[in-house]
Amino acid sequence: MSEALNVLSGLCLVAGSFFSLVGAFGLIRMPDFYTRMHAASVTDTLGAGLILLGLMLQAGLTLVTVKLIMVGLLIFVASPTASHALARAALLRGVSPRLADQGEPSSKP
Amino acid sequence: MSRDLILRVIGKLLIPFILLFAVYVQFHGDFGPGGGFQAGVILAAAIVFYALIFGLENARQVVPDWLVETMLACGVLIYAGVGLAGIFLGGNYLDYFVLDHDAIHGQHRGIFWVEVGVAVTVSGVMLKIFYMFASRGNLNGPEDY
Repeated sequence: MSEALNVLSGLCLVAGSFFSLVGAFGLIRMPDFYTRMHAASVTDTLGAGLILLGLMLQAGLTLVTVKLIMVGLLIFVASPTASHALARAALLRGVSPRLADQGEPSSKP
Repeated sequence: MSRDLILRVIGKLLIPFILLFAVYVQFHGDFGPGGGFQAGVILAAAIVFYALIFGLENARQVVPDWLVETMLACGVLIYAGVGLAGIFLGGNYLDYFVLDHDAIHGQHRGIFWVEVGVAVTVSGVMLKIFYMFASRGNLNGPEDY
């Protein structure tokens, strides 16, 4: 049983790290501000969520799990709010999304 | 008041918990990571968060300038007072062992009050720096923040 839990939590941790890495690549490689923000949000939801889940499986039913759930709740509330504030500030400052040219399938350079 | 509705709602939701977390970090410093410095910074961060959402003027009504400047001095006074209490009770400066009936309790009590002093001063300094930057130095002049 504990072996299965270990494997499961290891899978969660690896998957969470993978999504964080993908988010980091997206943050650097995406063409404009809004798509970069979109890539960074992957890190917040899937990456942090899976890593927290893996750590909870490691900790079992202890006080640590309760603290991890609180961290999860904080991320759940704070990260969309931060993204909202960032995107709204950019839009109000006149940063326009980069759109694809006529006839082009993609906005990538 | 409909400007930044989401930020206002989330701010009202989160700020009490940030303050509570500051108190937790303050008093849990004996047993885990934390202590006066971190607690003071978190306390100041809650007020900075409030100022970012609700405006600098409102924040300076919640935590006025005289309070911030008093905090700056009072924290150092508490810290130095713990040291002087050691001298008056027959020990050295900042000698915790003489503060209570035995050494361990005395150390506990001394560290508690020193950490209180550190937290008060640190949050005061952080808020003062933030107020100075946010109002660009003219604390008494008209604001266009």
